[in-house]
Amino acid sequence: MTPISQTPTGAAREAAGALPAPHAATRAAGANEAQERSRIEIVGVTKRFVSPTGTAMTALRDVSFSVEPGQFCAVVGPTGCGKSTTLTMVAGLERPSAGVVRVGGQAVDGIADHMSFMFQSDALLPWKSVLQNVALGPRFRGVPKSEALAKAREWIRVVGLSGFEDHHPHQLSGGMRKRATLAASLISEPSILLMDEPFGALDVQTKAIMSNELLTLWERTRPSVLFITHDLEEAVALADRVVVMTAGPGTVKAVYDIDLPRPRGAVQEIRFEPRFLELHQQIWESLREEVERAYARTGRTTETRGGRQ
Amino acid sequence: MNHQISTVSDAKALAAIQEDLRQTPPGDEASIADAARARRRRRRIQVQAARVAAVIVIVGGWQLFTALKVVDPFFFGQPTGIAHQLVDWVQNGTPYGSLWLQIEVTMKEALGGFVYGTLAGIVLGVLLGQVPFLADVLGPFIKVLNAVPRIVLGSIFVVWLGFGPTSKILLASVLVFFVVFFNAFQGVREVDRNLLANVRVLGASRSQVIRDVVLPSAVVWIIASLHVAFGFAIIGAIVGEFLGSQEGLGLLISYSQNHFLPDGIFTAMLIIAVIALTAEGLISQLEKRLLSWRPGTHVETAGL
Repeated sequence: MTPISQTPTGAAREAAGALPAPHAATRAAGANEAQERSRIEIVGVTKRFVSPTGTAMTALRDVSFSVEPGQFCAVVGPTGCGKSTTLTMVAGLERPSAGVVRVGGQAVDGIADHMSFMFQSDALLPWKSVLQNVALGPRFRGVPKSEALAKAREWIRVVGLSGFEDHHPHQLSGGMRKRATLAASLISEPSILLMDEPFGALDVQTKAIMSNELLTLWERTRPSVLFITHDLEEAVALADRVVVMTAGPGTVKAVYDIDLPRPRGAVQEIRFEPRFLELHQQIWESLREEVERAYARTGRTTETRGGRQ
Repeated sequence: MNHQISTVSDAKALAAIQEDLRQTPPGDEASIADAARARRRRRRIQVQAARVAAVIVIVGGWQLFTALKVVDPFFFGQPTGIAHQLVDWVQNGTPYGSLWLQIEVTMKEALGGFVYGTLAGIVLGVLLGQVPFLADVLGPFIKVLNAVPRIVLGSIFVVWLGFGPTSKILLASVLVFFVVFFNAFQGVREVDRNLLANVRVLGASRSQVIRDVVLPSAVVWIIASLHVAFGFAIIGAIVGEFLGSQEGLGLLISYSQNHFLPDGIFTAMLIIAVIALTAEGLISQLEKRLLSWRPGTHVETAGL
């Protein structure tokens, strides 16, 4: 275990002392119950889509893996392997054609209220201010307006956006919009955080900063995370477990446990750890085949982003 | 750079740039901004001047040619004749009572039609956009109704509802309805799927989804349709008055036509244009208020 320099960014460091307190209480009181609620089990899930012309397409075939409570699990795989579909089924937005998705031991049959979902495109409502956007979750769940807004202010400060409460999303940079989205996702204190290539559209530096912030915030409240990405480095740097999926129809090819110590510190620096490189090499061997297969299938189109790693 | 200057215009352009550079020392932002402002002001003055010139040429030409009898004022009217007609109507009233009454009646009909048609269009558009089953069932009927030249409905409305304002309001609202309906429907269907999925995961109920996502995002489409819709509301009111009424600007036009008074027709046209432009201005204000969250247009941000 090599010492890893710990450099959480300013906002996250500031947050460390100031995070809303209820977590400690919930964790102490019903630790087991809360923990069990955040276990995700995907058992033999198959998902088929029927196109408007009537042809069926299998997106996922017999996918099984699980995310332990409080675990950070990344899913990597070539473009079009059904990673996002897996996520929408955990969220309850779609239903499996066969198999079952269980969250906290119960089959998912709708949208659960202790989950947050972060999409690749920022899903902030453009006609609402940052403050109103962050307060959406509590407002939808019936929290009184003043209370929701106060809480939103708090979380905006935590993600380092103080002073931008009244701005509209189009007035923010891509990284700031991600911060706002992160605050909107975390304000409900979810026990499960689903992320679909959340930082995929960011430039490299902003992505690194956001990854660090995410890790710092996650390490404080420890929701289970299911994190979709096509960037293997990102997956290894962030996750406890990496699931490699095959080219479509997607199945689980292999599952790797990442034994890099936590807290991980800066993701830019962990990349140079010998153990990181070893794991990366190992997983890439497995992933490369799938990427190549997906690439061969799509022919000469240059859209296969999986081939970049 | 010199070797690129091959033509006279290039040389001129370069001279202009050098002139600009002389006037604005490099790096001095204040003077660059001043120069840009001056350029903008100059352009604005040029545009205004060209507009005034266009009006003078058209109206003056019209007056001149009719005065010289190149064009017969009996058929084509005359700007001075229009001015006289307007003054006469204002001072002495029209054949159907005071001019203000005519304007008021037509305005009431147009506004009534505009409001009812818009409301119906939004409600049905959102409803059908939200309930695909209903949209599939009603789709063909709406298409058929839309294909009918709806102006002819005016006749049946006059038969049903008589010469009063109600038949005109109904005709105007039918015209307005279709414009707004199709836009609202399309707007609802174009709502960003990501936003919908996001608020659903955040725990929004169906009515919250409609209030916070569907309506605000359809507003862009609905507002765009209102500009056209008000025009249709006025058309509905005027045509309704043609078809049978006891007062209103449409009746004035119809009267002028029957008495061979082109100046009267033009005068009524002028009044209607003023009303339409005022409404257009108000709708633009509303648009600005409701869509203030949108990024500024290029016109606003460009400049320096």
